[in-house]
Amino acid sequence: MQTVSRTDESALIAALRSGDERAFMELVEAYTPGMRRLALTFVRTPAVADEVVQESWLGVLRGLDRFEGRSSLKTWIYRIVANVARTRAVREARTVPFSAFAADDERSVDPERFVADGHWASPVEPWQAVLDAEARGVIDRAIAALPEQQRQVIELRDVQGWPSDEVCNVLDLSETNQRVLLHRARSKVRAALDEYLGESR
Amino acid sequence: MIALRRQKKLTCREMVELVTEYLDGTLSRRDRARFDAHLSACTNCTQYVEQFRETVRLTGMLREDDVSPEAAAALLAQFSEWKREET
Repeated sequence: MQTVSRTDESALIAALRSGDERAFMELVEAYTPGMRRLALTFVRTPAVADEVVQESWLGVLRGLDRFEGRSSLKTWIYRIVANVARTRAVREARTVPFSAFAADDERSVDPERFVADGHWASPVEPWQAVLDAEARGVIDRAIAALPEQQRQVIELRDVQGWPSDEVCNVLDLSETNQRVLLHRARSKVRAALDEYLGESR
Repeated sequence: MIALRRQKKLTCREMVELVTEYLDGTLSRRDRARFDAHLSACTNCTQYVEQFRETVRLTGMLREDDVSPEAAAALLAQFSEWKREET
């Protein structure tokens, strides 16, 4: 995870407050790509995500004096992104896709894959080697099809490599809930890869 | 997550619900031991966990690390405007 160390943080914040453009651009380059990806888990179009990012940076600058260092600067910034993006998604009155309310009895693996006593019905085959670019496409589509919260959690945990406690902080989730969402998301991405790699076998 | 039946061995069907907790290291010591015991005897679940790890690894490749020049310019302009507001 690309990040700025704690000791650098206070120096960076002081530099920002004094209007140091280079310090600002350093921060922008470190965090903007990830902020944009997070925004895209709330709003679906890149143009709106760009606006969310821009509004978030303004929120960051205007809120600098309120930053108390209780979380890392990065977590604090991402919380602002989540809030701006959520508000924006509501304002657009985006109809919530039915998949946002995932059934509670979701299974990680198609139940048909197991026999009555709970053993695998057929062998779990190793995957063929896959080109990274191909895998990216499959995973991108699988993540896009996830319910919103699952998409947000897998984005931060697995795409951006955040630890679970910070993901909980940014998305206002309990540890347990976060882990359930992550597991469901990963299970579906695995199934999508399995289907793809099965087809090309 | 599903409730685990105490004492009994984990079934494959139960195993697949626990992989994230296993990888995150959040299973209780006892459940972790049951998970490991099952893995050591089950090639299918071993393969499944391997696929799960591979999924996590591949998902980690989706990152983008560049800011477009247009976006950078827009943010810099915003920063200058903010500076003027502040002073």
